[in-house]
Amino acid sequence: MVDVTERAKQLREVAYYPGCALEGSGNGYDVSTRAIAHNLGLKLRDVKDWNCCGAMEVKNIDPKIQTYLSSRVLSQAVNATRNNVVMAPCNGCYHNLKKAEYDLANDQNSRDVVEKISAKAGHKTYEAGQAETIHALDWIKETIGEEGLRERTKGKLAGLKIANYYGCMYVRPRHIFPEKDQGPGSESTSKPHFMDDLLAAAGAENVEFPLKTACCGGAHTLSDSDMSTKLVLNILQAAEANGAEVIATECPTCHSGLEMHQIRAEKRFGKKTNVRILYFTQLLGLALGIGPRKLGIHTNISESIPFLVEKGLT
Amino acid sequence: MRSIAAIESRIEQIEETSAPDAATEAAVELVRLGEEVLEHWIVARGETPTQEEKEGFRLLALHRQGAKGDPSFNACRETCRELAYHYNLVTLEPDHPDTAKRIRLAALVAKHLALFVGGKMQVAGLGEFCCAAKPVRTNDILGA
Repeated sequence: MVDVTERAKQLREVAYYPGCALEGSGNGYDVSTRAIAHNLGLKLRDVKDWNCCGAMEVKNIDPKIQTYLSSRVLSQAVNATRNNVVMAPCNGCYHNLKKAEYDLANDQNSRDVVEKISAKAGHKTYEAGQAETIHALDWIKETIGEEGLRERTKGKLAGLKIANYYGCMYVRPRHIFPEKDQGPGSESTSKPHFMDDLLAAAGAENVEFPLKTACCGGAHTLSDSDMSTKLVLNILQAAEANGAEVIATECPTCHSGLEMHQIRAEKRFGKKTNVRILYFTQLLGLALGIGPRKLGIHTNISESIPFLVEKGLT
Repeated sequence: MRSIAAIESRIEQIEETSAPDAATEAAVELVRLGEEVLEHWIVARGETPTQEEKEGFRLLALHRQGAKGDPSFNACRETCRELAYHYNLVTLEPDHPDTAKRIRLAALVAKHLALFVGGKMQVAGLGEFCCAAKPVRTNDILGA
């Protein structure tokens, strides 16, 4: 049995892998993650000289190259950053690092490819089991937890109705997340709840949301924008139909997609929705009393500051 | 079989016009429309859609069939289950004060399934959903 206190201590200092999106369109997620870490006394050590995780583009051309790219991030965490827990807030990065871990543990061909390219690139080959990848949700849940957040936030998000949107990569495919679906306390792959738990601990009212793990259409954005817009519009309308004032996100691709296609849905299809879109880290930051600029809320496309003022959150 | 676009239109019609006193019929039709969407995917893969049921729903059996050999199709597993869940809510408690809302949500969930599967077929280049041909065909339909 895992000693919860020991585990929480272990996670107080993690290797931080922001990934490309958090340095670009998802900058508000990066800024707010760092701000709450500082506020909560948690330490983030950036993975030294990190690279792209392979995302979708590389994976579509050659999945083994994606495995290598993700393995190099893990190798950098273990060998250059000297930390064997990698925290990746981006769902794409998180998914790819977990997939690389699974492939290296179960597929000889993946091990051979990674070994060959790592030798050519001149760095230590990452071996399965040397590091553990966690999501930002796991990280807050396991270090501070609901009780810790309750004490620190004093129900500051009370009166805020939130639909928690996890997107499709956080829990799929199930086999690369062996720690999930392990009973009480663990995350569920069919009905994820970590974000719900954390925001409820900060006082928010979570609404029922049937599309919490549905596709946001991110993969269609360039090839068929109308398809993406319709998928996003559906998500926004489902959230509003259940009374949500805010959609909380934990993936920069989903977040940008929701924001951009909310505007496009109005222009292209004349369908206006008013639900605001904020990263869960921005919401937790507000609950902890951090100012909106320090949380990068002004960099979001979705205009939420007047609403947050009205709610007494800034 | 109706096209996915026609299924989408019918779902939207239900979403916009369904009256609470016809909620059970609407829920039955939405699940049937969801099945039809999945049949598209299965037929496009060269298989015969199953008539079996899983947990009392053909919808769920069809999803399982569609996901065989293509784990990424599991991205719509919960969408199918949510549709089944909303069907249960509506049919077990047709007089519930939230029935109108439940039907609307069931319609939004069914629409998501149609959009997702339509998109997947486009990406996979299956059936008539070749991405190069789609705008041409859509314009033809609009012009017809």
